[in-house]
Amino acid sequence: MTVINTILVPLKRVVDANVRVRVKADGSGMALDGVKMSINPFDEIALEEALRIRERGEADEIVVATLGAQVCSQQLRGGLAMGADRAILVEVDRELEPLTVARTLLALVQREDSQLVIMGKQAIDGDNNQTGQMLAALWGRPQATFASHLSFNGGVATAMREVDAGLEVIEVDLPAVVTTDLRLNEPRYTKLPDILKAKKKPLETITLDELQVEPETQFRVLGIEPPAQRPRGVKVGSVDELVQALRQKELI
Amino acid sequence: MARVLIVAEHDGRSLNPSTAKCVSCARSFETSAIDIAVLAGDGGAVAAQAAALAGVTGVIRVDHPANEGALAAVAAPQVCEMAADYTHVFGPSTTFGKDLMPRVAALLGVGQLSDIMSAESAWRFKRPFYAGNAILTVEAPQDRPVVATVRTASYQAAESTGKAPIREQSVDAALPAHTRFIETRSDSGGGRPDLQTAARVVPGGRGVGSKENFELIYRLADKLGAAIGASRAAVDSGYAGNELQVGQTGKIIAPQLYVAVGISGAIQHLTGIKDAGVIVAINTDAEAPLFEVADIGLVADLFAAVPELIEALGG
Repeated sequence: MTVINTILVPLKRVVDANVRVRVKADGSGMALDGVKMSINPFDEIALEEALRIRERGEADEIVVATLGAQVCSQQLRGGLAMGADRAILVEVDRELEPLTVARTLLALVQREDSQLVIMGKQAIDGDNNQTGQMLAALWGRPQATFASHLSFNGGVATAMREVDAGLEVIEVDLPAVVTTDLRLNEPRYTKLPDILKAKKKPLETITLDELQVEPETQFRVLGIEPPAQRPRGVKVGSVDELVQALRQKELI
Repeated sequence: MARVLIVAEHDGRSLNPSTAKCVSCARSFETSAIDIAVLAGDGGAVAAQAAALAGVTGVIRVDHPANEGALAAVAAPQVCEMAADYTHVFGPSTTFGKDLMPRVAALLGVGQLSDIMSAESAWRFKRPFYAGNAILTVEAPQDRPVVATVRTASYQAAESTGKAPIREQSVDAALPAHTRFIETRSDSGGGRPDLQTAARVVPGGRGVGSKENFELIYRLADKLGAAIGASRAAVDSGYAGNELQVGQTGKIIAPQLYVAVGISGAIQHLTGIKDAGVIVAINTDAEAPLFEVADIGLVADLFAAVPELIEALGG
């Protein structure tokens, strides 16, 4: 018998990592019209890890979930095509702060009786790096953040974490929240037959009301502006010129 | 008036400079208190260093065997207990602070602000998002604690000219046993400066080509007395350890001199060096995006240019 019945993997729809996004000229937000959208890369790593855990026979089922508008079902279908068993779209029509997202995920964890949540350490749009830790806190369970290796022994997970000093190893009792770093794995490519198969997999749409979560906005956005630009530099033609330039700036 | 509690980052012996940067952030707006909490197994030495930081009004030393491993799940309930006396709870935007502060915020039932880069007032802050392609100005409500991480590259470390009182406090909060620290593995450094705080950094990228070739980066760094850095591509390829990664999801740094070797400069990498003093780029590809932000660019084969540069820097 497997220890983990359901792994919950939250996926966020974000601007593709290769798109260079800019602030709208009027400062009202980011210019995102017609821009390619993808699954947040860290979440893709999370799903890949969940798939490997299930393939090793250590988990029974993988549920992917997201919060957002109907259009986010594209990313859920992408997750189903990668190999998740079913998907849940929590339909919301506005941006949510990480604390509300964490409260919603907790409601999903309880609804699905999940023993393990694997999710990206941060989304590459908001760059908050908060939701996994908040979910673990609200759930009263361990967090293994920034994981680059993960293994299980009964009800205990051992995680290697990418920290500023190098690597750290911790042990956590399940249920637990794991957030992924870049080196955890390399996500698989989806094949066309899997994309077709994914269309038949269950995708359920529910509301925050059904989960009894009251969205809360705490921070008021006063403005969005482009970052300060660095002044244009110079190109030098040789190492000698480079050394001269560094001397001139009194750096050597 | 604002009362700020800063959670100290340390390794049991020394206070991490990230804490002194949080102090500078707190000093940039009006406060009536800036206290530092030192959670440790034996926090004597660290508490003394914290008490010396200019602007600090007090240090709270919490010694407990469970605080040896700096686990967020263990530290968070203790920080929450102290938070009642403060309007703000800050930690550094390092892996330590990023792990801990959201857990603190959620336990307090409030949101968290990530990566404060400047404070317009005690309740109005700027922070980057979208890999630093946009800066957000946000206002936090005054009726609840502001829990935040401070972008360390945006602040100078507070000087060690003060002498704040230190008081000891015992742990009343129930501490969880579900999370256990096993070990830290670190093979970086070799006596070189710390990447996060170094005045000079020499990073290598994919162009370096192999772990063996990275020796060239080490030689140049040693010649300049610099720390080593790496692009994501170099870390993914196994040329360098993860702790050396600079960028959106690695370290955000602000050295005086950054000599990038064989790094093309993906937007995610540039995010990590926006506040560097002088950026030097050495790359064979004249179209590499790094040249757009470099102060001094040299289009050249790094395997010829770097040995020549090492030679030119002489002894």
